[in-house]
Amino acid sequence: MSTHDVAVAGVGMHPWGKWGRNFVEYGVHAARAALADAGVAWPDVDLIVGGETVRNGYGGYVAGATFAQALGWNGAKVATSYAACATGAQALDTARARILAGLSEVALVVGADTTPKGFLAPNAGERWDDPDWLRFRLLGMTNPAYFALYARRRMDLYGATVEDFAQVKVKNARHGLANPHARYRKEVSVADVLSSAVVSDPLHLLDICATSDGAAAVVLTSTEYAKRHGLSTGGRGPVRINAISTVTPTFPQTVIDMPLLSTDATTAVAAPERTFKESIGQAAYDEAGIDPADVSVAEVYDLSTALELDWIEDLQLCGRGDAEALLRAGETTIGGRIPVNPSGGLACFGEAVPAQALAQVCEITWQLRGQATGRQVEGARVGITANQGLFGHGSSVILSV
Amino acid sequence: MTDTATPAIEGWFTTGPEPTLLGSRCTACGTVFFPPTSGFCRNPACAGEEFEENTLSRRGTVWSYTDAQYQPPPPYQAPDPFVPFALAAVELPEGLVVLGQVAEGYGVADLHVGGEVELVVETEYASEQLTWRWKPVTELGEEADQ
Repeated sequence: MSTHDVAVAGVGMHPWGKWGRNFVEYGVHAARAALADAGVAWPDVDLIVGGETVRNGYGGYVAGATFAQALGWNGAKVATSYAACATGAQALDTARARILAGLSEVALVVGADTTPKGFLAPNAGERWDDPDWLRFRLLGMTNPAYFALYARRRMDLYGATVEDFAQVKVKNARHGLANPHARYRKEVSVADVLSSAVVSDPLHLLDICATSDGAAAVVLTSTEYAKRHGLSTGGRGPVRINAISTVTPTFPQTVIDMPLLSTDATTAVAAPERTFKESIGQAAYDEAGIDPADVSVAEVYDLSTALELDWIEDLQLCGRGDAEALLRAGETTIGGRIPVNPSGGLACFGEAVPAQALAQVCEITWQLRGQATGRQVEGARVGITANQGLFGHGSSVILSV
Repeated sequence: MTDTATPAIEGWFTTGPEPTLLGSRCTACGTVFFPPTSGFCRNPACAGEEFEENTLSRRGTVWSYTDAQYQPPPPYQAPDPFVPFALAAVELPEGLVVLGQVAEGYGVADLHVGGEVELVVETEYASEQLTWRWKPVTELGEEADQ
């Protein structure tokens, strides 16, 4: 237990799907669920942090205030965070920092999104100095194309097969079957994945996550507040957040990273000891003061099936190039040595960008409380999340009970 | 390719029989950047603010590769009907990786991690403008085996 712990008093979600409604409605649903779970009244919240959505007009840019107004102005302080896929974790870190600084006691963090069908595309306009615009204009380089580069490298370097990638989908589909918040709750076979269309070789449609509507919310409090108000679930005290890593890369960043067209060069400075994604997890372990061996469950960002395998190694849950062996042995399945994505992951949810990192925290919280009905990792005491957002945003959260 | 064709983006590559990518080299620390840059050196330990043009090596090795079998959304300019294309991330001797489409007529079957490729300049699929692409280098004798 470190001195910068905060308590997760409550968590809540709006189910993922394609509901065709306003993101605010999803956010308020999740917020109310988290407040009810915490037993905290909205007027008692002194800080609200929103995860920004960039696809929903001005209300999305000032998401914190948008949610506050929808819940009913209560005079709370407000902040809004944006860090692409890592938005939720950055919003959580903002709330944590205020709590640890003594500037807040009870914070509500909310992320919600509605997403269009198909490939995520850059905003309209002509921007010759914006790499996110240029990668589409000059190369036709979609998000799945980046995922496919990493997948192909696993095949050529470590002997991964398309069957291995499909097996990740099969596992996650099975994990998510009983998850009431998941969008897809259906068994998938290796043959289903391999017979779906190839989007970017070697990745098939079913290797790549969809985009979804959804919302997640977390009520954070100081550990003192949690104690004072008896906020505890499962008799072991509240779940605590021990670390939130939000590190940027270290120069030179030598792994090609969405949305860039190139990496930094090692002409004058050698590559750092750890890659960016390795550094994200390491910073979380350092902050929490634990080792990878202490982790009992992980929620990682499976934008593609192959990326789940990368993350398992980046988080040092096995050696580099060993993730396929771990998968094949069933060790990343619930009941195995280190279950990965017991929620069903993005494979079952699809991505709702500003909500996704918070959804990972919700799942780990339920796992640590023993409340993950139908997908419980027995005896889980320490959980880790990981994701990465565009333009150098990493995030990893460690929780324990 | 016509003589009047213009690059899809100004100042990123040269045209002609032996085209090269154009990077920027920091005059203080020597770090090379691509796409070309100006202003401030991004090496955190360097205070450099001056850059000289640096032609990058024409040959590199494949870091990884893929293709686009579905039409990317705008601003990609896709021909009708859509022409699928391969993409490669290529490691250059300068110590950086540069993305590019793969030369017309080549697909993922022509590529492997560590394979050698060479820079070429070709016309975009849906415009008259020129773009850089990576073309697999076929060693002498290999062709006969295929």
